[in-house]
Amino acid sequence: MLQLLYENLEQTVAVILFGIGFTILLLQRNLIRKIIGLNIMDTAIYLFLASMGYISGRKAPIVVDGVTEVSAYINPIPAGLVLTGIVVSVSFTGILLALTVRLYRRYNTLDIDVIALLAKGEDA
Amino acid sequence: MSKRRSDWQTRPQARIRKWFQQGFTALDDEIINQISQQTIQQPEVSQMMEAQREAMDTRRYERSLALERLERHELQAWVRTRGRKAIGRVYVALALAMAVLMIFFLLETVAHMPRFGDPNAPVTNEVTERYITRGVEETGAVNIVAGMILDYRAFDTLGESTVLFIAASAVLILLRIDRRKDGTPVQELIAAESDDRHYEPRADRILQGSVMVLTPIILLFGIYIILNGHLSPGGGFSGGAIISAGLILYLDAFGFDKAGRFFTYKTFAWVSFFSLSFYALAKAYSFYMGANGLPSGIPLGTPGAILSGGLIMPLNIAVGMVVSCTMYIFYALFRKGGL
Repeated sequence: MLQLLYENLEQTVAVILFGIGFTILLLQRNLIRKIIGLNIMDTAIYLFLASMGYISGRKAPIVVDGVTEVSAYINPIPAGLVLTGIVVSVSFTGILLALTVRLYRRYNTLDIDVIALLAKGEDA
Repeated sequence: MSKRRSDWQTRPQARIRKWFQQGFTALDDEIINQISQQTIQQPEVSQMMEAQREAMDTRRYERSLALERLERHELQAWVRTRGRKAIGRVYVALALAMAVLMIFFLLETVAHMPRFGDPNAPVTNEVTERYITRGVEETGAVNIVAGMILDYRAFDTLGESTVLFIAASAVLILLRIDRRKDGTPVQELIAAESDDRHYEPRADRILQGSVMVLTPIILLFGIYIILNGHLSPGGGFSGGAIISAGLILYLDAFGFDKAGRFFTYKTFAWVSFFSLSFYALAKAYSFYMGANGLPSGIPLGTPGAILSGGLIMPLNIAVGMVVSCTMYIFYALFRKGGL
Protein backbone atom coordinates (compact mmCIF):
# COMPACT_ATOMS: atom_id res chain seq x y z
CA MET A 1 0.00 0.00 0.00
CA LEU A 2 2.84 2.42 0.78
CA GLN A 3 4.20 1.98 -2.75
CA LEU A 4 0.78 2.80 -4.19
CA LEU A 5 0.46 5.82 -1.90
CA TYR A 6 3.87 7.06 -2.97
CA GLU A 7 2.85 6.86 -6.61
CA ASN A 8 -0.22 8.97 -5.80
CA LEU A 9 1.77 11.40 -3.67
CA GLU A 10 -0.33 14.51 -4.44
CA GLN A 11 -3.59 12.82 -3.53
CA THR A 12 -2.06 11.29 -0.41
CA VAL A 13 -0.90 14.72 0.72
CA ALA A 14 -4.34 16.13 -0.02
CA VAL A 15 -6.05 13.45 2.07
CA ILE A 16 -3.66 13.94 4.98
CA LEU A 17 -4.21 17.72 4.80
CA PHE A 18 -7.95 17.09 4.86
CA GLY A 19 -7.50 14.97 7.98
CA ILE A 20 -5.41 17.67 9.64
CA GLY A 21 -8.08 20.26 8.91
CA PHE A 22 -10.77 17.96 10.24
CA THR A 23 -8.81 17.31 13.43
CA ILE A 24 -8.30 21.05 13.96
CA LEU A 25 -12.03 21.53 13.49
CA LEU A 26 -12.76 18.93 16.14
CA LEU A 27 -10.09 19.72 18.70
CA GLN A 28 -9.66 23.48 18.77
CA ARG A 29 -11.96 25.53 20.99
CA ASN A 30 -10.96 28.85 19.50
CA LEU A 31 -13.42 29.85 16.77
CA ILE A 32 -10.76 31.47 14.56
CA ARG A 33 -8.74 28.25 14.63
CA LYS A 34 -11.83 26.29 13.70
CA ILE A 35 -12.28 28.52 10.67
CA ILE A 36 -8.62 28.01 9.76
CA GLY A 37 -9.16 24.25 9.98
CA LEU A 38 -12.15 24.50 7.66
CA ASN A 39 -10.03 26.46 5.18
CA ILE A 40 -7.29 23.84 5.34
CA MET A 41 -9.90 21.23 4.45
CA ASP A 42 -10.95 23.35 1.47
CA THR A 43 -7.38 23.68 0.30
CA ALA A 44 -6.91 19.93 0.52
CA ILE A 45 -9.91 19.44 -1.73
CA TYR A 46 -8.56 21.92 -4.29
CA LEU A 47 -5.25 20.06 -4.32
CA PHE A 48 -7.09 16.77 -4.77
CA LEU A 49 -9.21 18.07 -7.65
CA ALA A 50 -6.27 19.73 -9.38
CA SER A 51 -4.18 16.58 -9.09
CA MET A 52 -7.05 14.55 -10.54
CA GLY A 53 -7.12 16.73 -13.64
CA TYR A 54 -3.39 16.61 -14.35
CA ILE A 55 -2.05 14.40 -17.12
CA SER A 56 1.72 14.07 -17.24
CA GLY A 57 3.51 15.62 -20.19
CA ARG A 58 0.56 17.74 -21.36
CA LYS A 59 0.07 21.49 -21.31
CA ALA A 60 -2.47 23.81 -19.68
CA PRO A 61 -5.73 23.94 -21.67
CA ILE A 62 -5.03 27.12 -23.62
CA VAL A 63 -5.11 26.52 -27.35
CA VAL A 64 -1.92 27.71 -29.07
CA ASP A 65 -1.19 27.42 -32.80
CA GLY A 66 -4.64 25.93 -33.41
CA VAL A 67 -3.82 22.53 -31.91
CA THR A 68 -7.16 21.09 -30.75
CA GLU A 69 -6.35 17.49 -29.97
CA VAL A 70 -7.26 15.86 -26.69
CA SER A 71 -3.77 14.43 -26.34
CA ALA A 72 -2.22 17.91 -26.19
CA TYR A 73 -3.94 19.35 -23.08
CA ILE A 74 -4.79 18.39 -19.52
CA ASN A 75 -8.36 18.06 -18.27
CA PRO A 76 -9.97 21.53 -17.94
CA ILE A 77 -12.99 20.44 -15.87
CA PRO A 78 -11.34 20.17 -12.40
CA ALA A 79 -9.92 23.69 -12.88
CA GLY A 80 -13.44 25.05 -13.26
CA LEU A 81 -14.63 23.10 -10.22
CA VAL A 82 -11.74 24.43 -8.12
CA LEU A 83 -12.65 27.97 -9.18
CA THR A 84 -16.21 27.46 -7.94
CA GLY A 85 -14.88 25.99 -4.70
CA ILE A 86 -12.55 28.92 -4.06
CA VAL A 87 -15.33 31.47 -4.50
CA VAL A 88 -17.71 29.62 -2.19
CA SER A 89 -14.97 29.15 0.40
CA VAL A 90 -14.16 32.88 0.37
CA SER A 91 -17.86 33.69 0.83
CA PHE A 92 -18.48 31.42 3.76
CA THR A 93 -15.18 32.35 5.41
CA GLY A 94 -16.34 35.96 5.29
CA ILE A 95 -19.69 35.13 6.87
CA LEU A 96 -18.12 32.92 9.55
CA LEU A 97 -15.60 35.60 10.48
CA ALA A 98 -18.35 38.20 10.68
CA LEU A 99 -20.35 35.96 13.01
CA THR A 100 -17.23 35.43 15.10
CA VAL A 101 -16.72 39.18 15.39
CA ARG A 102 -20.29 39.56 16.62
CA LEU A 103 -19.84 36.74 19.16
CA TYR A 104 -16.62 38.30 20.40
CA ARG A 105 -18.26 41.68 20.82
CA ARG A 106 -20.99 40.13 22.95
CA TYR A 107 -19.06 37.66 25.10
CA ASN A 108 -15.48 39.01 24.91
CA THR A 109 -14.08 35.56 24.28
CA LEU A 110 -13.46 33.26 21.34
CA ASP A 111 -13.59 30.02 23.33
CA ILE A 112 -16.68 28.17 22.14
CA ASP A 113 -17.18 26.34 25.46
CA VAL A 114 -17.18 29.56 27.47
CA ILE A 115 -19.53 31.15 24.94
CA ALA A 116 -21.91 28.20 25.27
CA LEU A 117 -21.77 28.45 29.06
CA LEU A 118 -22.41 32.18 29.08
CA ALA A 119 -25.28 31.79 26.64
CA LYS A 120 -26.78 29.13 28.89
CA GLY A 121 -26.41 31.46 31.88
CA GLU A 122 -28.26 34.15 29.94
CA ASP A 123 -31.15 31.82 29.25
CA ALA A 124 -31.52 30.70 32.86
CA MET B 1 -43.94 41.70 42.15
CA SER B 2 -43.75 37.94 42.22
CA LYS B 3 -42.70 38.00 38.60
CA ARG B 4 -39.37 39.33 39.69
CA ARG B 5 -38.55 36.08 41.38
CA SER B 6 -35.92 34.30 39.34
CA ASP B 7 -36.62 30.85 37.96
CA TRP B 8 -33.28 29.91 39.40
CA GLN B 9 -34.77 29.49 42.87
CA THR B 10 -37.64 27.33 41.79
CA ARG B 11 -35.45 24.77 40.10
CA PRO B 12 -35.34 21.39 41.86
CA GLN B 13 -31.57 21.46 42.20
CA ALA B 14 -31.65 24.89 43.79
CA ARG B 15 -34.34 23.74 46.25
CA ILE B 16 -32.39 20.66 47.26
CA ARG B 17 -29.31 22.76 47.73
CA LYS B 18 -31.14 25.27 49.85
CA TRP B 19 -32.62 22.50 51.92
CA PHE B 20 -29.14 21.11 52.55
CA GLN B 21 -27.64 24.46 53.42
CA GLN B 22 -30.31 26.04 55.50
CA GLY B 23 -32.20 23.20 57.06
CA PHE B 24 -35.88 23.97 57.16
CA THR B 25 -35.64 27.73 56.68
CA ALA B 26 -36.33 27.08 53.02
CA LEU B 27 -39.75 25.83 53.99
CA ASP B 28 -40.31 28.99 56.03
CA ASP B 29 -39.37 31.02 52.99
CA GLU B 30 -41.93 29.15 50.98
CA ILE B 31 -44.61 29.86 53.55
CA ILE B 32 -43.72 33.54 53.63
CA ASN B 33 -43.81 33.53 49.90
CA GLN B 34 -47.24 32.00 49.75
CA ILE B 35 -48.59 34.37 52.37
CA SER B 36 -47.20 37.38 50.58
CA GLN B 37 -48.65 36.18 47.32
CA GLN B 38 -52.04 35.77 48.93
CA THR B 39 -51.91 39.26 50.38
CA ILE B 40 -51.30 40.66 46.94
CA GLN B 41 -54.67 39.49 45.84
CA GLN B 42 -56.39 41.32 48.67
CA PRO B 43 -57.47 44.73 47.45
CA GLU B 44 -57.25 46.62 50.76
CA VAL B 45 -53.49 46.83 51.26
CA SER B 46 -52.06 49.83 52.96
CA GLN B 47 -49.32 51.91 51.44
CA MET B 48 -46.89 50.89 54.14
CA MET B 49 -47.38 47.18 53.64
CA GLU B 50 -46.90 47.71 49.96
CA ALA B 51 -43.56 49.42 50.56
CA GLN B 52 -42.52 46.71 52.99
CA ARG B 53 -43.30 43.98 50.56
CA GLU B 54 -41.51 45.85 47.87
CA ALA B 55 -38.40 46.01 50.02
CA MET B 56 -38.70 42.32 50.85
CA ASP B 57 -39.10 41.40 47.22
CA THR B 58 -36.11 43.45 46.26
CA ARG B 59 -34.04 41.76 48.91
CA ARG B 60 -35.16 38.35 47.76
CA TYR B 61 -34.46 39.26 44.17
CA GLU B 62 -30.97 40.42 45.03
CA ARG B 63 -30.33 37.27 47.01
CA SER B 64 -31.42 35.10 44.14
CA LEU B 65 -29.21 37.07 41.79
CA ALA B 66 -26.24 36.55 44.10
CA LEU B 67 -27.04 32.86 44.35
CA GLU B 68 -27.27 32.63 40.59
CA ARG B 69 -23.94 34.34 40.23
CA LEU B 70 -22.37 32.01 42.75
CA GLU B 71 -23.83 28.98 41.05
CA ARG B 72 -22.61 30.07 37.67
CA HIS B 73 -19.20 30.85 39.07
CA GLU B 74 -18.94 27.43 40.64
CA LEU B 75 -20.09 25.74 37.47
CA GLN B 76 -17.56 27.67 35.45
CA ALA B 77 -14.82 26.91 37.93
CA TRP B 78 -15.63 23.22 37.74
CA VAL B 79 -15.74 23.31 33.97
CA ARG B 80 -12.47 25.19 33.83
CA THR B 81 -10.65 22.83 36.14
CA ARG B 82 -11.52 19.19 36.66
CA GLY B 83 -14.63 18.76 34.57
CA ARG B 84 -13.10 20.27 31.52
CA LYS B 85 -10.04 18.08 31.84
CA ALA B 86 -12.03 14.90 32.33
CA ILE B 87 -14.51 15.49 29.51
CA GLY B 88 -11.79 17.03 27.38
CA ARG B 89 -9.60 13.95 27.53
CA VAL B 90 -12.38 11.64 26.44
CA TYR B 91 -13.38 14.02 23.70
CA VAL B 92 -9.81 14.44 22.42
CA ALA B 93 -9.27 10.68 22.37
CA LEU B 94 -12.52 10.11 20.48
CA ALA B 95 -11.82 12.92 18.03
CA LEU B 96 -8.30 11.73 17.31
CA ALA B 97 -9.50 8.17 16.82
CA MET B 98 -12.17 9.39 14.44
CA ALA B 99 -9.77 11.54 12.45
CA VAL B 100 -7.16 8.78 12.20
CA LEU B 101 -9.81 6.29 11.12
CA MET B 102 -11.07 8.72 8.49
CA ILE B 103 -7.56 9.40 7.15
CA PHE B 104 -6.91 5.65 7.03
CA PHE B 105 -10.04 4.95 4.98
CA LEU B 106 -9.32 7.87 2.66
CA LEU B 107 -5.72 6.69 2.18
CA GLU B 108 -7.01 3.22 1.40
CA THR B 109 -9.23 4.82 -1.26
CA VAL B 110 -6.39 6.91 -2.65
CA ALA B 111 -4.26 3.77 -3.03
CA HIS B 112 -6.88 2.40 -5.40
CA MET B 113 -7.39 5.63 -7.35
CA PRO B 114 -5.99 5.96 -10.89
CA ARG B 115 -2.31 6.93 -10.92
CA PHE B 116 -1.33 10.60 -10.88
CA GLY B 117 -0.98 11.90 -14.45
CA ASP B 118 -2.57 8.84 -16.01
CA PRO B 119 -3.94 9.77 -19.47
CA ASN B 120 -6.47 6.92 -19.33
CA ALA B 121 -8.01 7.92 -16.02
CA PRO B 122 -11.82 7.83 -16.05
CA VAL B 123 -11.88 11.58 -15.28
CA THR B 124 -10.73 12.27 -18.83
CA ASN B 125 -13.92 11.27 -20.59
CA GLU B 126 -15.97 12.41 -23.57
CA VAL B 127 -16.93 15.70 -21.87
CA THR B 128 -13.29 16.72 -21.69
CA GLU B 129 -12.79 15.63 -25.28
CA ARG B 130 -15.72 17.72 -26.45
CA TYR B 131 -14.54 20.80 -24.55
CA ILE B 132 -11.04 20.58 -25.95
CA THR B 133 -11.78 19.62 -29.55
CA ARG B 134 -14.83 21.81 -30.17
CA GLY B 135 -14.38 24.47 -27.47
CA VAL B 136 -12.54 27.03 -29.57
CA GLU B 137 -14.95 26.97 -32.50
CA GLU B 138 -18.04 26.91 -30.28
CA THR B 139 -17.12 29.54 -27.70
CA GLY B 140 -14.44 31.49 -29.54
CA ALA B 141 -12.22 31.55 -26.45
CA VAL B 142 -8.66 30.28 -26.69
CA ASN B 143 -8.62 29.62 -22.94
CA ILE B 144 -10.69 26.46 -22.69
CA VAL B 145 -11.32 26.88 -18.96
CA ALA B 146 -12.74 30.37 -19.54
CA GLY B 147 -14.88 29.06 -22.37
CA MET B 148 -16.09 26.29 -20.12
CA ILE B 149 -17.02 28.34 -17.06
CA LEU B 150 -18.46 31.34 -18.92
CA ASP B 151 -20.17 29.61 -21.82
CA TYR B 152 -20.97 25.94 -21.25
CA ARG B 153 -21.36 26.36 -17.51
CA ALA B 154 -22.21 30.06 -17.35
CA PHE B 155 -25.29 29.45 -15.24
CA ASP B 156 -23.07 27.96 -12.55
CA THR B 157 -20.83 31.03 -12.61
CA LEU B 158 -23.86 33.32 -12.27
CA GLY B 159 -24.75 31.37 -9.13
CA GLU B 160 -21.19 31.80 -7.89
CA SER B 161 -21.26 35.58 -8.32
CA THR B 162 -24.62 35.63 -6.56
CA VAL B 163 -23.19 33.61 -3.66
CA LEU B 164 -20.39 36.17 -3.37
CA PHE B 165 -22.87 39.06 -3.45
CA ILE B 166 -25.09 37.40 -0.82
CA ALA B 167 -22.05 36.80 1.39
CA ALA B 168 -21.15 40.49 1.12
CA SER B 169 -24.73 41.42 2.03
CA ALA B 170 -24.71 39.07 5.02
CA VAL B 171 -21.43 40.52 6.30
CA LEU B 172 -22.89 43.99 5.75
CA ILE B 173 -25.92 43.09 7.89
CA LEU B 174 -23.75 41.55 10.61
CA LEU B 175 -21.01 44.13 10.90
CA ARG B 176 -22.27 47.48 9.66
CA ILE B 177 -22.52 50.16 12.31
CA ASP B 178 -25.17 52.66 11.29
CA ARG B 179 -25.48 56.30 12.15
CA ARG B 180 -28.64 57.56 13.76
CA LYS B 181 -31.35 58.95 11.54
CA ASP B 182 -30.32 62.55 12.17
CA GLY B 183 -26.75 61.73 11.14
CA THR B 184 -25.10 61.76 14.54
CA PRO B 185 -22.81 58.81 15.20
CA VAL B 186 -23.71 56.20 17.82
CA GLN B 187 -21.30 55.34 20.62
CA GLU B 188 -20.20 52.13 18.89
CA LEU B 189 -19.21 54.01 15.75
CA ILE B 190 -17.14 56.53 17.70
CA ALA B 191 -15.38 53.68 19.48
CA ALA B 192 -14.73 51.86 16.20
CA GLU B 193 -13.34 54.99 14.61
CA SER B 194 -11.00 55.83 17.47
CA ASP B 195 -9.88 52.19 17.47
CA ASP B 196 -9.19 52.43 13.76
CA ARG B 197 -7.18 55.64 14.15
CA HIS B 198 -5.23 54.09 16.97
CA TYR B 199 -4.19 50.89 15.25
CA GLU B 200 -3.94 51.84 11.59
CA PRO B 201 -1.16 53.94 10.05
CA ARG B 202 -2.17 57.55 9.51
CA ALA B 203 -0.61 59.59 6.69
CA ASP B 204 2.45 57.39 6.55
CA ARG B 205 4.82 59.02 4.04
CA ILE B 206 6.57 55.84 2.90
CA LEU B 207 3.31 53.95 2.47
CA GLN B 208 1.66 56.84 0.63
CA GLY B 209 4.63 57.31 -1.67
CA SER B 210 4.83 53.66 -2.63
CA VAL B 211 1.06 53.38 -2.99
CA MET B 212 1.05 56.33 -5.41
CA VAL B 213 3.38 54.33 -7.63
CA LEU B 214 1.93 50.88 -7.01
CA THR B 215 -1.85 51.33 -7.07
CA PRO B 216 -2.14 52.33 -10.77
CA ILE B 217 0.08 49.41 -11.77
CA ILE B 218 -1.92 46.94 -9.67
CA LEU B 219 -5.22 48.23 -11.03
CA LEU B 220 -3.91 48.09 -14.60
CA PHE B 221 -2.67 44.55 -14.03
CA GLY B 222 -6.08 43.52 -12.70
CA ILE B 223 -7.83 45.09 -15.69
CA TYR B 224 -5.38 43.34 -18.02
CA ILE B 225 -6.13 40.00 -16.41
CA ILE B 226 -9.88 40.54 -16.67
CA LEU B 227 -9.73 41.67 -20.31
CA ASN B 228 -7.45 38.77 -21.26
CA GLY B 229 -9.53 36.21 -19.41
CA HIS B 230 -10.45 34.38 -22.61
CA LEU B 231 -6.89 34.45 -23.98
CA SER B 232 -4.66 33.60 -21.05
CA PRO B 233 -4.85 32.24 -17.51
CA GLY B 234 -6.99 34.49 -15.37
CA GLY B 235 -10.47 35.95 -15.71
CA GLY B 236 -13.04 37.80 -13.71
CA PHE B 237 -12.42 36.23 -10.33
CA SER B 238 -8.63 36.54 -10.23
CA GLY B 239 -8.61 39.97 -11.89
CA GLY B 240 -11.29 41.23 -9.51
CA ALA B 241 -9.28 40.01 -6.54
CA ILE B 242 -6.21 41.89 -7.82
CA ILE B 243 -8.19 45.12 -8.35
CA SER B 244 -9.63 44.87 -4.85
CA ALA B 245 -6.10 44.37 -3.51
CA GLY B 246 -5.11 47.65 -5.16
CA LEU B 247 -8.15 49.43 -3.71
CA ILE B 248 -7.43 48.05 -0.24
CA LEU B 249 -3.83 49.23 -0.48
CA TYR B 250 -5.07 52.71 -1.40
CA LEU B 251 -7.49 52.65 1.52
CA ASP B 252 -4.71 51.65 3.91
CA ALA B 253 -2.48 54.48 2.79
CA PHE B 254 -4.94 57.34 2.48
CA GLY B 255 -7.71 56.44 4.89
CA PHE B 256 -11.47 56.27 4.61
CA ASP B 257 -11.94 59.97 3.83
CA LYS B 258 -10.20 59.82 0.47
CA ALA B 259 -11.33 56.32 -0.45
CA GLY B 260 -14.91 57.35 0.34
CA ARG B 261 -14.80 59.82 -2.55
CA PHE B 262 -15.00 57.09 -5.14
CA PHE B 263 -16.38 54.14 -3.22
CA THR B 264 -19.53 54.35 -1.09
CA TYR B 265 -22.39 52.00 -0.32
CA LYS B 266 -24.12 53.44 -3.34
CA THR B 267 -21.23 52.47 -5.59
CA PHE B 268 -21.29 48.97 -4.19
CA ALA B 269 -25.03 48.65 -4.63
CA TRP B 270 -25.13 50.00 -8.18
CA VAL B 271 -22.05 48.16 -9.44
CA SER B 272 -23.28 44.85 -8.01
CA PHE B 273 -26.78 45.43 -9.31
CA PHE B 274 -25.68 46.34 -12.83
CA SER B 275 -23.09 43.60 -13.09
CA LEU B 276 -25.33 40.82 -11.83
CA SER B 277 -28.36 41.90 -13.82
CA PHE B 278 -26.25 42.35 -16.96
CA TYR B 279 -24.87 38.86 -16.45
CA ALA B 280 -28.32 37.39 -15.91
CA LEU B 281 -29.79 39.21 -18.93
CA ALA B 282 -26.88 38.26 -21.19
CA LYS B 283 -27.13 34.62 -20.23
CA ALA B 284 -30.91 34.67 -20.49
CA TYR B 285 -30.50 36.05 -24.00
CA SER B 286 -28.04 33.35 -24.96
CA PHE B 287 -30.22 30.62 -23.45
CA TYR B 288 -33.23 32.05 -25.26
CA MET B 289 -31.35 31.92 -28.54
CA GLY B 290 -30.46 28.25 -27.92
CA ALA B 291 -27.45 28.09 -25.68
CA ASN B 292 -25.86 25.07 -27.30
CA GLY B 293 -25.61 24.47 -30.99
CA LEU B 294 -27.89 27.19 -32.35
CA PRO B 295 -26.34 30.52 -33.34
CA SER B 296 -26.83 33.12 -30.63
CA GLY B 297 -26.30 36.04 -32.98
CA ILE B 298 -23.19 37.30 -31.19
CA PRO B 299 -20.11 37.19 -33.44
CA LEU B 300 -17.37 35.00 -31.98
CA GLY B 301 -14.50 36.75 -33.75
CA THR B 302 -11.09 35.32 -34.54
CA PRO B 303 -9.87 33.03 -31.77
CA GLY B 304 -6.87 34.65 -30.13
CA ALA B 305 -7.88 38.25 -30.86
CA ILE B 306 -8.84 40.49 -27.95
CA LEU B 307 -12.35 41.01 -29.35
CA SER B 308 -13.34 37.39 -29.56
CA GLY B 309 -15.29 34.86 -27.62
CA GLY B 310 -18.67 36.56 -27.95
CA LEU B 311 -20.10 37.22 -24.50
CA ILE B 312 -17.15 35.91 -22.52
CA MET B 313 -15.27 39.20 -22.18
CA PRO B 314 -18.29 41.28 -21.01
CA LEU B 315 -19.23 38.52 -18.59
CA ASN B 316 -15.67 38.48 -17.26
CA ILE B 317 -15.86 42.23 -16.71
CA ALA B 318 -19.15 41.88 -14.83
CA VAL B 319 -17.76 39.11 -12.62
CA GLY B 320 -14.58 41.10 -11.99
CA MET B 321 -16.57 44.13 -10.84
CA VAL B 322 -18.69 42.09 -8.45
CA VAL B 323 -15.61 40.37 -7.01
CA SER B 324 -13.59 43.55 -6.53
CA CYS B 325 -16.47 45.40 -4.85
CA THR B 326 -17.20 42.43 -2.58
CA MET B 327 -13.60 42.02 -1.45
CA TYR B 328 -13.21 45.74 -0.80
CA ILE B 329 -16.37 45.92 1.25
CA PHE B 330 -15.34 42.82 3.23
CA TYR B 331 -12.14 44.59 4.19
CA ALA B 332 -13.83 47.88 5.08
CA LEU B 333 -16.46 46.15 7.21
CA PHE B 334 -13.99 44.01 9.10
CA ARG B 335 -11.71 46.96 9.73
CA LYS B 336 -14.15 49.62 10.86
CA GLY B 337 -17.70 48.41 10.42
CA GLY B 338 -18.52 50.63 7.49
CA LEU B 339 -17.19 52.65 4.60
